[in-house]
Amino acid sequence: MPIPPALVTLLLGMALVLSGLWVGYNVDLLPLDASANAPVYDALFRVLFSIGTILFLGIVGLVVFSLVRFRRRPGDRVDGQAIEGNLLLEIVWTAIPAVVVLFVGIYSYDIYERMGGMTTLNDHATMHRMAPMETLEASVGSGDGGDTPAARVWGGIGTRSDAADVLPVEVTALQFAFLFHYPEGDITSGELHVPNGRPVELRLKANDVIHAFWVPQFRLKQDVIPGQPTVLTFTPTKAGSYPIVCAELCGPYHGGMRSTVVVHEPDDYEAWFQKNSPLASTVATASATPTG
Amino acid sequence: MTSLATSTSSSSAGDVAAEGHAGHADLRLFGLATFLVADGMTFAGFFAAYLTFRAVNPLPAGSSYELELLLPSINTVLLLVSSYTFHRSGRNLLLGHTGPCRAWLLLTAALGAAFLAGQMVEYFSLPFGLTDNLFASTFYALTGFHGLHVTLGVICILLVWFQTRRGGRVSSADPFGLEATELYWHFVDGIWVILYGILYLL
Amino acid sequence: MTVASANAFQESLQPQGWLRYFSFSLDHKVIGLQYLVTGFLFYLIGGALAGVIRAELASPISDFVSRETYNEVLTLHGTVMIFLWIVPVVNGGFGNYLIPFYVGARDMAFPRLNAVAFWMIPPAGILLIASHFITGSSQSGWTAYPPLSLTTPALAQVVWIVSVLLLGGSSIFGGINFIATVLKLRRPGLKLMQLPMYCWAMLGTSILVVLSTPVLAGTLLLLSFDIVAHTGFFNPAMGGNVVVYQHLFWFYSHPAVYIMVLPAFGLVSEILPIHARKPLFGYTTMVYSILAIVVLGLVVWAHHMFTSGTPPWMRLFFTIATSFIAVPTGIKFFNWLATLWGGKLALNSAMLFSCAFIVNFVFGGITGVALAQVPFDIHVHDTYFVVGHFHYIVYGGTVFVIFAAIYHWYPKFTGRMLNEDLGRLHFLLTFVGFNLCFAPQHWLGLNGMPRRVAEYDPSFTTLNQISSVGALLMAVSSLPFLYNVLVSAFRGPLAGDNPWNALTPEWLTSSPPPVENWAGEAPLVEHPYGYGVAETTLSVEAATGRDLWSATGRR
Ligand code: HEA
Ligand code: HEA
Ligand code: CUA
Ligand SMILES: [Cu+2]
Repeated sequence: MPIPPALVTLLLGMALVLSGLWVGYNVDLLPLDASANAPVYDALFRVLFSIGTILFLGIVGLVVFSLVRFRRRPGDRVDGQAIEGNLLLEIVWTAIPAVVVLFVGIYSYDIYERMGGMTTLNDHATMHRMAPMETLEASVGSGDGGDTPAARVWGGIGTRSDAADVLPVEVTALQFAFLFHYPEGDITSGELHVPNGRPVELRLKANDVIHAFWVPQFRLKQDVIPGQPTVLTFTPTKAGSYPIVCAELCGPYHGGMRSTVVVHEPDDYEAWFQKNSPLASTVATASATPTG
Repeated sequence: MTSLATSTSSSSAGDVAAEGHAGHADLRLFGLATFLVADGMTFAGFFAAYLTFRAVNPLPAGSSYELELLLPSINTVLLLVSSYTFHRSGRNLLLGHTGPCRAWLLLTAALGAAFLAGQMVEYFSLPFGLTDNLFASTFYALTGFHGLHVTLGVICILLVWFQTRRGGRVSSADPFGLEATELYWHFVDGIWVILYGILYLL
Repeated sequence: MTVASANAFQESLQPQGWLRYFSFSLDHKVIGLQYLVTGFLFYLIGGALAGVIRAELASPISDFVSRETYNEVLTLHGTVMIFLWIVPVVNGGFGNYLIPFYVGARDMAFPRLNAVAFWMIPPAGILLIASHFITGSSQSGWTAYPPLSLTTPALAQVVWIVSVLLLGGSSIFGGINFIATVLKLRRPGLKLMQLPMYCWAMLGTSILVVLSTPVLAGTLLLLSFDIVAHTGFFNPAMGGNVVVYQHLFWFYSHPAVYIMVLPAFGLVSEILPIHARKPLFGYTTMVYSILAIVVLGLVVWAHHMFTSGTPPWMRLFFTIATSFIAVPTGIKFFNWLATLWGGKLALNSAMLFSCAFIVNFVFGGITGVALAQVPFDIHVHDTYFVVGHFHYIVYGGTVFVIFAAIYHWYPKFTGRMLNEDLGRLHFLLTFVGFNLCFAPQHWLGLNGMPRRVAEYDPSFTTLNQISSVGALLMAVSSLPFLYNVLVSAFRGPLAGDNPWNALTPEWLTSSPPPVENWAGEAPLVEHPYGYGVAETTLSVEAATGRDLWSATGRR
């Protein structure tokens, strides 16, 4: 008994969707997820991967099928059927991608919102918190001239203003290294140490050319642009050390501009902090003015 | 109906042969207009850059960027008048009045030269130099780029003036040289009006 | 016949034979082939540079060339491939050769401007390449972002700018010419909606060229002022703004990607119906989707800047706008699939390369739509994922189409056929090598390998080596192609005028065509894709006196 073509199409379509979903949810292409927004990101990735697989396999299938099924046999000198178009089909294949990209767009907006990307950075609360950064700039005395446009903050991923207990770290990118400065304990370090579970607010600035701060395991990247102080916030969720990679071409040693972020358990972090802070050994209440 | 047949259309080969290489209508003005669209986009890029600088980049402390309004306003009037004089010149050419046509042309060139002179005076009287600050740089780049266009325009006008002499290439029978320069000149004037608005009035 | 004699006189003043390919010829066919061959030479140079890149990346440490040289090489590679290979070949090369045929003209609207546009390319290219050995070349990537481009060796950067300005100027002149030719030079009786699809593609492309290339020129002028005259447009130390450069640069360079791919879309639309023996499916929607891509393409540039500190609303807008480009592009792909469906597909090299183009481009397009999502892009921006994305599109898309087009039009260019077996071998090697080379790069990017690095984490070694092997295979694949193209020009079997039994106008004249394209008047082709339609076929037979296949009537 011949199977009706409609049924075959339906079955093939279902198989296609299922295999796409399977691939999306079972093929793991991403590194470890070590920050609060990494799982959110990975969810988006799986959705994109599934949709992409379905579309790709479907189209490749059609091409290969056509090449085999409709190939011209030797001696056949007859043209194919002269079909010039079909309005219904055109409407369908305009509508489906439109719906898909609309869905993807809205979904990724939602993801972005959850990652903190839509936080407005130049409201009053943030401006207030950014004050230490200006003092830092004044003390470092970068070549920007005295009156830098530091009052304005440029957006990476911001902290929501309700987030309490953020750990501020000032990051300076220069050819070819990252420098981390902890205003809380006046620590300067070439590695980033952070406690697990506590939100960290990086205040990034570049001295010479554009660099980019990237931690693949955090799924976060932010260009560090000279003249534009930028914030980037994340919450680490898994202890361990991860690479910090400079992702923007910044000169010959761009490939070597790497560092490490060490995510400690809170107790270990406290120990590290005590050991390294010049202020920690003296009385902790001493004024935390940076001395240079 | 036959959908693919050797056409026997009436466009006879003889009358098109005069019109150019492959025997088609004169498309040079069309081409020039397209080029001016492109040229306009260069200015648009500059304007966009300037406006963004204005919006985001504060003027560094201790540097000055202040423009006088009088001279550029006079310059604006000069250019606008020159567009009119050029228009008169073009009309006269088509009517076959070569004498007035050439006179209007010279007047236009003089207005253009006066504009350039005014620009020079402004440059030398400004309190800031090219590399003083961002806005100074943008100001000089924008007005300088426009000034180059005006200079080129004045040179073209003089060339056309030369060619409209008796027996020259440009005449009421072949007005292309003049029409092209006129189109270009109106374009340069239009750009100036935008530039004046953005740079001086805003 | 006054035209013919007047022009015959003009032509007699021009060099004849192969010498005219080295002359300031005004013949659009000569200029087209000049573009093609020049472009291909630069492709070999760009490919050799890619070879240097892949050799360096075969090991995780910087050992093959110095770090400075590596940056020079990757900058040259990107610049050569984009400005001297893809853009001149798909626009200038095929455009000049085909467009006058398609509109039924004897030449382009401005033949002299056309020759000028071509002859700007060799000096620009030679300047770019030669400067590498004399002064050193730019080290700041093809994007030349300041402040890096202000701090790298100044002379090298200025030479790069001059060269790109020349190439941009050439592109603008070409664009003006195409717009005038398509809109104004159609033979009497030929309507816009009867033009072969490549005309529409070139019209759209040329609009993009005219609107966006000048902005790049202006931007590079400002950049060169910063370098030479020490102004501060893009110099943060002087209060300048580097992000403005990025906006202006991408305002050109995003449309530039459609300048690289729209003509390829057009070429495929010509090739597929002929070798599938079916009309192009959905002509009208194809035209509108090209126009939609042109409009959308102008308003998506900031998707290259998602990590540059742009305001959130801007990222959101550009995500949505970019994603929507998938809709008109998708329409084109589904129309091609429908063109194949139920046809009589000849599995020759032209067809294989075209079908592989569909597969590769869909892959690159899907990763493109993923990249358009801000949160996704934040992780993979400036990584090998992006390198994978765009090579799937520029190589798997445009370069595959260029090869398909060469297999398809070679008989028209030379009057001789290419060898099909060598063609299929070329296809196989290219397809395998290409996927080996660029598929692993997506994984590399997702897992932490940034782009533009000469050294990398040793855990990425294996995949990089696979990628390098793929590149080697691609280099090898060009051998059968070169052999085929060079030898067939003299020894290939004679093609006859219309070896594919095609209906588009360039096939309705001799191969190679006479100087003024047609011995008599240009034919009026109202149905360039009328395969399987009785009246079209019959009238072609009537018009040309040749035996064409016909479906109806002889079924
Ligand atoms: C010919 C060249 C070309 C083309 C055509 C494209 C096409 C597209 N590109 Fe690509 N791109 C480049 C060349 C090209 N790109 C280059 C060179 C770079 C890097 C520049 C650099 O930094 O050096 C780049 C970088 C780049 C980025 C920046 C990445 C980064 O640096 O972080 C982005 C982000 O949005 C992007 C997106 C897209 C999209 C959405 C398309 C779309 O046009 C694709 C649309 C096509 C499809 C989607 C497939 C067919 C459609 C269907 C089958 C319908 C169904 C599909 C869906 C519903 C999804 N591209
Ligand atoms: C537009 C077209 C285009 C094309 C066709 C290609 C083709 C290739 N590209 Fe390219 N590529 C770019 C455009 C293109 N690329 C751009 C824009 C960049 C970004 C640059 C930047 O970051 O600034 C880039 C960057 C880029 C990188 C990333 C470098 C980095 O970020 O560090 C890599 C790495 O693998 C690469 C590889 C290749 C390879 C292996 C090919 C192969 O497909 C090439 C195959 C061809 C050959 C191998 C030629 C064969 C012939 C010979 C070998 C003979 C030679 C002989 C003589 C000269 C006599 N390319
Ligand atoms: Cu710093 Cu790359
Ligand atoms: Cu883009």
